[in-house]
Amino acid sequence: MDFVVITLLNSVAYGLLLFMLSSGLTLIFSMMGVLNFAHASFYMLGAYFAYQISTWSGFWLGLLLAPLLVGGVGMLVEWHGLRHVRRFGHVAELLFTFGLAIVFEELVPLIWGKASVPYAVPAQLEGALFSLHGAAFPIYKGFMMAMSLGMLAALYGVLTRTRIGLIIQASLTKPDMVEALGHNVPRITMLLFGGGTALAGLAGVIGGNAFVTEPSMAASVGFIVFVIVVVGGLGSLGGAFLASLLIGALQTFSVTLDVTLQQVLTLIGLSLPADTNLARVSLVQLGPVLPYLLMVAILILRPRGLMGVRES
Amino acid sequence: MTAPSSLPRQVLIWAAIFVIACVLPSLFRSGFLVSVLSQIAIMAVFALSYNMLLGQTGLLSFGHAVYYGLGAFATIHLLNGLGKSATPLLVALLPLGGGAAGLVAGLILGRMTTKKAGTTFAMISLGIAELMFATTPIFPSVFGGDGGFAGNRMAGKGSFLGLTWGPQIEIYWLVLFWAFVSAGLMFALTQTPLGRVANAVRDNPERAEFIGYDTRQVRYRMLVLSGLFAGIAGGLSALNYEIVTVDMLNAHTSGSVLLMTYTGGIGHFFGPVLGAAMITLMQTLVGGLTHAWLLYFGLFFLFMVAFAPGGMASVLSRQSALVKAGLWRCLLPHYALAAAPAALACLGAVGLIEMAYALLAGHDAASFMGTSIRLHTLLPWLGAASVLIGGIAGLKWVIGGMSDAWHQALSQLQGGKP
Amino acid sequence: MTASVPALCISGLRKSFGASEIIRGIDLDIAKGERHAIIGPNGAGKSTLFHLISARLAATSGTIALKGEPVTGLKPFEINRKGLSRSFQITNIFHSLSVFENLRSAVLWSLGYKYSFWHRLSVLRDAKERAEHVMCDIGLQNRRDTAAGILSYAEQRALEIGITIAGGADVILLDEPTAGMSHSETDEAVALIRRVTENKTLVMVEHDMGVVFGLADRISVLVYGQVIATDTPQAIRANPLVQEAYLGTTPVSGNAS
Ligand SMILES: Nc1ncnc2c1ncn2[C@@H]1O[C@H](COP(=O)(O)OP(=O)(O)OP(=O)(O)O)[C@@H](O)[C@H]1O
Ligand SMILES: [Mg+2]
Repeated sequence: MDFVVITLLNSVAYGLLLFMLSSGLTLIFSMMGVLNFAHASFYMLGAYFAYQISTWSGFWLGLLLAPLLVGGVGMLVEWHGLRHVRRFGHVAELLFTFGLAIVFEELVPLIWGKASVPYAVPAQLEGALFSLHGAAFPIYKGFMMAMSLGMLAALYGVLTRTRIGLIIQASLTKPDMVEALGHNVPRITMLLFGGGTALAGLAGVIGGNAFVTEPSMAASVGFIVFVIVVVGGLGSLGGAFLASLLIGALQTFSVTLDVTLQQVLTLIGLSLPADTNLARVSLVQLGPVLPYLLMVAILILRPRGLMGVRES
Repeated sequence: MTAPSSLPRQVLIWAAIFVIACVLPSLFRSGFLVSVLSQIAIMAVFALSYNMLLGQTGLLSFGHAVYYGLGAFATIHLLNGLGKSATPLLVALLPLGGGAAGLVAGLILGRMTTKKAGTTFAMISLGIAELMFATTPIFPSVFGGDGGFAGNRMAGKGSFLGLTWGPQIEIYWLVLFWAFVSAGLMFALTQTPLGRVANAVRDNPERAEFIGYDTRQVRYRMLVLSGLFAGIAGGLSALNYEIVTVDMLNAHTSGSVLLMTYTGGIGHFFGPVLGAAMITLMQTLVGGLTHAWLLYFGLFFLFMVAFAPGGMASVLSRQSALVKAGLWRCLLPHYALAAAPAALACLGAVGLIEMAYALLAGHDAASFMGTSIRLHTLLPWLGAASVLIGGIAGLKWVIGGMSDAWHQALSQLQGGKP
Repeated sequence: MTASVPALCISGLRKSFGASEIIRGIDLDIAKGERHAIIGPNGAGKSTLFHLISARLAATSGTIALKGEPVTGLKPFEINRKGLSRSFQITNIFHSLSVFENLRSAVLWSLGYKYSFWHRLSVLRDAKERAEHVMCDIGLQNRRDTAAGILSYAEQRALEIGITIAGGADVILLDEPTAGMSHSETDEAVALIRRVTENKTLVMVEHDMGVVFGLADRISVLVYGQVIATDTPQAIRANPLVQEAYLGTTPVSGNAS
């Protein structure tokens, strides 16, 4: 039981981190109608920037500066790149972000090397927050949760309470109208892209040391984030939140539960022919498959996603 | 964009490709050249099949490698299953087995993917491909785990028309034969009702429904046929390399065929062939020279998307139209003027990247035109950076005049048409 | 026997977008061979009515029968195959295909080529001839190989009509075919419509009263989602309800012909 509680907490921490990534992606998608393939690259940049800053002056300055730097890079990308490609249509825009992801994936090892970098959890946050009969819950995971929840509250506040937030909400649905009212939609788009990528950067700052900071981190999380926004429903923040927690739990539980597919199926009264490989497949092996299975199932059964309003 | 180029021109291109493909290996008896050409021919078929989706039907797929990979696995299993009875004639026919696998995969997967176009299609193709790839370790008997499967195309005895598929050049002729057959069929497809209606569905799916077409059925059929040709390409690759690994159906393979097709040009039938040739050459030539090839490639791709969204094929056909109209003369000075700063900018960028890679590899010095450059000093970095910045500044300076002249020429070109 | 079956029979048709009901109970019969115009102020729901008939939108309630056959719940392509074809108020063509290819695509299904990938287009004489015939009808033979996307506005409108009629449907719905055209262009368009809908059933939304009174056998006036009158042009002109709906502005005098 205690084990379940700890795993549940771990999965919530991971799910919230995923939400930080997917919320930025969702906002950008809603505004520009384009899935940003390079989104996970900004997550990686966040981790590396934070690592670099932390080698000079510690974790906390990195926490503050790295997301801002990443957001700055994001705005530059929008301003000098995406904006010009937009006239060629969505496919070109999407491919542009695809190309960006390749470039980032090559540039990062060029600067920081191909191996992982020693980006570590700060000493103040090491150790266990509490433990239940020997199963410990690390302080840092608690910190991640607090950061994500704080960010979530801030995002909510900005979107619903501030002028710019209201303008963003309006431009999500009716960009022409907002432009006609005299607002500078290109600038808002740039700011939003910067904001979305800064969120990804922040996720990198606090996720990079919880996991591993290495050049392949973008690719490994990138697909998961796509799965989340698709499962949640393209353009729906609420859906992204739900799906993040769901996928977080799915991934966390599947790697910690040491059971085979046969054992799971027995629970629901099914059985597999015992002599096949399939019966011996463990959940750990299936773990990486589950998100995609979920995504494909959702796309076939409910293309709008869990809470989506539109079918792309 | 799909305005039919006159028939003689199409014939000319086919003939040119045929001559190049046949003459080059006969002129230079180089094993390296032949293996590069085989690779190009295989990739050309794969890219052409991809363009049946992207260019002709407007479907952006991130999972086309599934059909390619399954075609390859089917072929290698057939080859191994035949064992000693794999006579050269049977071996020559094996790519059809790969095609059948691709076709069947298309029949099944297409049911799920083609309901919608646009982002939904892109995402579901990505999802299915990832799902497939993630499941491969569970079925080692089918996908062979990390090592994949090897085969032997000469396991059977005898010969067919004197060919045993032993030497690389013989397998090249086989690849080339199937490549031409496939390309010919794919070209013919563009000239059929289905091919034309696929274009209509790409342009405007809503209207297509109001002229009697079920857009889903059109997409489905195109996807199935495209799976067939991707499967043939996979089968050719299996015969050519005699080894098939799960890498053939991963996202990376799907990504490269997309990149090839797009940089080649999705609006022209031969664009993907050009892209396959260009990128395979880059991969082997540049990839042999520098470790940074993927980075260069990424930058090149960004450049293409931003400045030549029609791909190389459209750049070439534009230029040749301008040449034909005699308008090139007004543009030539501008091109020449832009060439110098562009070269400078490239030189600066390449210098920076190469020095960084040398540093990454643990070298202290790099050589450039015979002189040794000390990487731990500031000077070479500043030098390369200033060359890059100077080049960009120079480009900015001349680009206005060039784009004016370009637009003027274009409007003359269009105005000159009846 | 079939003479009594109306080409189009609409009854109790309703359509709501969320809380607002846009089509509020329409009953309308259109006889075979009739030329029927639907007029009404902006936002009355004329285009929405067309969308419902052609199945671009699904009705909230009510039924539609095409030549006596119920078509409620069918897909647009199924209705098209039953012989109903429509044009759009906002030009809806295949922009990167040439004029000729636009028209040839539009005839392929009705000639039975369906999804064929074993016929070569260039040897399909019937498709070519029919497409070329329509191309001459709409006066675009000089633009045969021009991409539809770069045609002028009036040419695109003509092509829009061409695509609609090319398939040989016998019930034709045209949504504001002359919108945005100059006087002379409108006259040409009217002549064209008259020519190509010979012996066919035509339902047309139109704001230009000259066109309406010149072409229509009967006119329905749609106001705020309801048909307030259906009658011959003369009777409509005299109808006080209609005059009120148009705020006292009497329809233009003088027919376009
Ligand atoms: N998809 C939709 N969602 C919500 N409201 C809609 C939708 N489509 C149309 N409407 C509303 O329905 C009403 C009728 O629209 P419709 O286009 O049918 O009018 P119309 O009679 O064709 O006008 P016009 O003469 O301007 O073409 C309008 O008020 C419009 O805003
Ligand atoms: Mg209307």
